[in-house]
Amino acid sequence: MSIHDSLVISDLAVTYSTSRGVVQAVQNVSLSVAPGQITAVVGESGSGKSTTAQAAIGLLADNAQITAGTMHLGEIDLARLTDKQWQRIRGPRIGLIPQDPNNSLNPVKTIGASVSEGLEIHTSLSTEARKARVIELLEMVGIDNPEHRYRQYPHELSGGMKQRVLIAAALALEPDFIIADEPTSALDVTVQKTILDLIDELRHSRNIGVLLITHDLAVAGDRADRIVVMHDGQVKETGYAASVLSDPQDSYTRQLLADAPSLSVASVPQRRSVAGSVRAQQSAHAVAPWQRDVSAQAEPAPLLSVRNFTQKFGDFTAAENISFDVQRGTTHAIVGESGSGKTTTGRAIAGFSSPTTGEILFEGKRIDPKSKQLRKHVQLVYQNPYSSLNPKMTVGVTLAEPLKNFKLVGKSQIKERVARYLELVSLDPEFASRRPAELSGGQRQRVAIARALIVEPELVVFDEAVSALDVTVQSQILRLLARLQEELTLTYVFISHDLAVVRQISDTVSVMSAGQQVEYGETERVFSSPTSTFTRSLIDAIPGQRFRDGSLNMGL
Amino acid sequence: MNTATFKKPSVILASIILILAVLAALVPGLFTSHNPLSGTSGALLSPSLEHWFGTDSVGRDLYSRVIYGTRQSLLGALVAVLVGLVVGTILGLIAGAQGGWLDALLMRIVDVLLSIPSLLLSLSVIILLGYGTVNAAIAVGITSVATFARLARSQVISVSSLDFVEAAYGSGASRFQVLTRHILPNSLTPVIALAAVQFGSAILQLSVLGFLGYGAPAPTPEWGLIIADARDYIATSWWLTVLPGAVIIAVVMSANHLSHIVQKKAR
Repeated sequence: MSIHDSLVISDLAVTYSTSRGVVQAVQNVSLSVAPGQITAVVGESGSGKSTTAQAAIGLLADNAQITAGTMHLGEIDLARLTDKQWQRIRGPRIGLIPQDPNNSLNPVKTIGASVSEGLEIHTSLSTEARKARVIELLEMVGIDNPEHRYRQYPHELSGGMKQRVLIAAALALEPDFIIADEPTSALDVTVQKTILDLIDELRHSRNIGVLLITHDLAVAGDRADRIVVMHDGQVKETGYAASVLSDPQDSYTRQLLADAPSLSVASVPQRRSVAGSVRAQQSAHAVAPWQRDVSAQAEPAPLLSVRNFTQKFGDFTAAENISFDVQRGTTHAIVGESGSGKTTTGRAIAGFSSPTTGEILFEGKRIDPKSKQLRKHVQLVYQNPYSSLNPKMTVGVTLAEPLKNFKLVGKSQIKERVARYLELVSLDPEFASRRPAELSGGQRQRVAIARALIVEPELVVFDEAVSALDVTVQSQILRLLARLQEELTLTYVFISHDLAVVRQISDTVSVMSAGQQVEYGETERVFSSPTSTFTRSLIDAIPGQRFRDGSLNMGL
Repeated sequence: MNTATFKKPSVILASIILILAVLAALVPGLFTSHNPLSGTSGALLSPSLEHWFGTDSVGRDLYSRVIYGTRQSLLGALVAVLVGLVVGTILGLIAGAQGGWLDALLMRIVDVLLSIPSLLLSLSVIILLGYGTVNAAIAVGITSVATFARLARSQVISVSSLDFVEAAYGSGASRFQVLTRHILPNSLTPVIALAAVQFGSAILQLSVLGFLGYGAPAPTPEWGLIIADARDYIATSWWLTVLPGAVIIAVVMSANHLSHIVQKKAR
């Protein structure tokens, strides 16, 4: 095992000079990364966690400046290095695993060329020796058939594979420690688990320190020895994983813990009991959901019924043979990884595409994508609140639009109705005069929800509607949705990749994989005794396992 | 736009030049007391305090001719840009929003327009429409239709794929409403920036047409015409070509510089 230095950051302060003056991004940040240990920096967007990471690898933006503090890697103070000196540190001493593997490999270079780039610059190895080393590295990070992959291009690899390649590149020069900046945020949850397992294993076997930047307290709890909680550019709390998660001292840490869905599974708020009718329906459906004997059932007809839904785009089958029912006033979750067909299903329910075969019945009638009336009853809320609102329109105009289009209220009442719905989503009515650019992500998503609800729909489809939000905001929005469902007797179809969230909010769930529905049933049943191995693997990949098991790192 | 941009000396200078040009176009009397159409003193006098730019071959004050010519040039450029902007944007909007065979047809027409040299194209249009200031301006405008149409189409296509466009359909909007209220306003910014760039080049193209004699008829003070009249005296009376030329260069450069700033900010 090689001898490595620790990274010790003390009292770091970074400012950005912008057109609106100097902004203090990070202040009084102190942390350390010991060889073979993982230190996780946890925070929401704007907390300064990425600025800290960029400072530690000398890649701050041009308008940023380190105004105070030191960053020691052994004897070297990284805060005082010139660009030229950094070139000898970055790579040989500090490695970087970037956030989005899909954008981090040069698409015109082979995998081999990308990984050997560092070796080429920093070592005097011969071409053959470099190739041998790269293949060895690829093998080490768990890439199958490395000789073949060596010659492949990034587009031929999956996201998880690309992240493995980037890890290999970061390790190529045997650095003292690596910075992993949200290394799995762009990846599916099952892939996330394998990548984090790999990082975990490599730091032990190669005695490398890891500075793990993450927004997910559960991931930090599972992986880190020490956790640093950041908020508004300041360190709120530092300590061993066990003490930070099980005995948080700072109020912000407590807030984060309470809002993280995967850490609060024990305290799931009890769903309203619609379970009775759903359960009855489940047993009826166990045979064939759409062939039940209607006369024998006293239960109400489902509001939404998806029957053998299949969607093809050319030769590609996005979703095949999907069937489920949603009772009025309940939440049905569609959960799956990217490319599983969950969004395709949701869009068909919202009437933005028509099924290739099969049918989608709303109140017993086939959904007609061309029907304007349908839109009054079924609304869709999008994932990204930054693209789902027209940037040129004020919030008031955006909300008034459906009222005018559907002629729901008279001209004189529009303003009053807009104000009422802004209040309903907990926004001040004076937001009506603002433009989306003046709102935060959470506020935008509230506006998007208000736009969906203002037509008084019966069914709302949420397509990953909280995935782009920070955990505290996500938790606020989820509480808001629960309240609105209660008050307005709404029915939700909730599309998500996040099982922890799904468990919190849904009554029934469909688990999708590669266009197939691999499991369907009552949420509690699916989580407690899944029948499909895929569901099992999804549940196992939910971060926060060590927290729930009570096996957090106590620094012993 | 932030205030720092406006404090740059080059931006201040360009703004002053353009403001002066606009003033000269609106109230030329403010800048000169000489008559641009009739000679007052001797012909071909060199620049002096009395005649800043000297006088031309028939004794007219050159400075006042350049000042009075501003209106012709700026107004012409404005008309030209408006023709290009309006026609081009409408074509681009239709092509981008409709797609299919209509898109293909319109874009092939645009390809044809782009393959003809712009001077040849504007000359052909003038010959069809007849001589004159307005017709010259329309001809110059038509040469820029293709550029506007292409840009507008690509903007429309990229904006159409954004979620808020689909959300607008979800809010019950008709196709026309989505086009005019959601897609068009969000596609226009780069198109407007292009209009600013085209303004400078339109002044140049109009001057070229004027120089060739396809613009305003003879006694009218027009920048291209002024220089054309003076080309016989280029060896003996340099000011007749150099000074009006310098004015054209200053105005075109100012327009281009400001439009680059606008374009940068529009991104």
